[in-house]
Amino acid sequence: MAAEAINHSAQEQDHHSSTGISNEKLAMWVFLGSECLLFGGLISTYMFNKDRIGLNDIGPSDVFDIPFTSVSSFVLLMSSLTMVFAVSAITRGDLRANRIWLATTAALGATFVAGQVYEFTAFYSEGLGFTTNLFGSSFYALTGFHGAHVTIGIIMLMSLYIMSLRGNLPAERAETVEIIGLYWHFVDIVWIVIFTIVYLFPQ
Amino acid sequence: MAIVDPEITEPDISEPEIINVEHAHPTDWLYVKVAIALALLTALEVFTYFESVHGWSDTVLIVMLVAMMLVKFFLVVAFFMHLKFDAPIFWRLFVFGVVLAMAIYMLMLTAFRYW
Repeated sequence: MAAEAINHSAQEQDHHSSTGISNEKLAMWVFLGSECLLFGGLISTYMFNKDRIGLNDIGPSDVFDIPFTSVSSFVLLMSSLTMVFAVSAITRGDLRANRIWLATTAALGATFVAGQVYEFTAFYSEGLGFTTNLFGSSFYALTGFHGAHVTIGIIMLMSLYIMSLRGNLPAERAETVEIIGLYWHFVDIVWIVIFTIVYLFPQ
Repeated sequence: MAIVDPEITEPDISEPEIINVEHAHPTDWLYVKVAIALALLTALEVFTYFESVHGWSDTVLIVMLVAMMLVKFFLVVAFFMHLKFDAPIFWRLFVFGVVLAMAIYMLMLTAFRYW
């Protein structure tokens, strides 16, 4: 696969830092490393609490709709593909394609969030509130924090889109799109873990 | 009077150490292939979930699901997040965060007798 990599060194930006690498990108990676601790805490809290429910209490197997959540997961996964297309487009200087892929990524993210809102509404109508039991509290806290991260990502993507429309996102600022892309892919990999552990693990 | 040993030289600290950064990006076709692999793995995960109804043991299912989850995680991080092609320091920073989080919360779950 590495043989298919193509070199765009001529289009890369110079990084005027003491290490030769971009400080902004370094900061994003440090932030993402710290986010692992946040989501690690929420996921382990969910694992600890999911079975701590009463005999007749509502639990994971009563509410989860795996086919629906699988479609949502697929949508979020594909948004990562459109995000790399956006980065690829601005790297080669194609600003129009960059805008199209940014908008597509934001739309796919919004579809995922809409699915989550629908899921929360359905669970609530089935009797699972935030304070119903420990499963409900830890489930809503975990998936809610993730949904908030996706929403922030959508806002950042739309900001990039507007910046590009106004001419403030030239090809020279490709790294800005790449850094927002890192954040977007991170929320995707967090969902990969949540989908497996929360939804697919045997209940 | 200070004695200067001609064999010992002062390190040159005037120039900062430059980390060798490989500026390479995968092609769009490679991204598509990664996305297809991710979609197939997700389909396999969901299939595994429904197959559990037919009596597979929980341990086998969990091992399979974790393996597929890790492959998906690695594919996104290595290719979509460019860690395979970027400066090694980014990889180290991220792995440090992941390993630290796993260690802390495995210890926490062990302390609460989760296993």
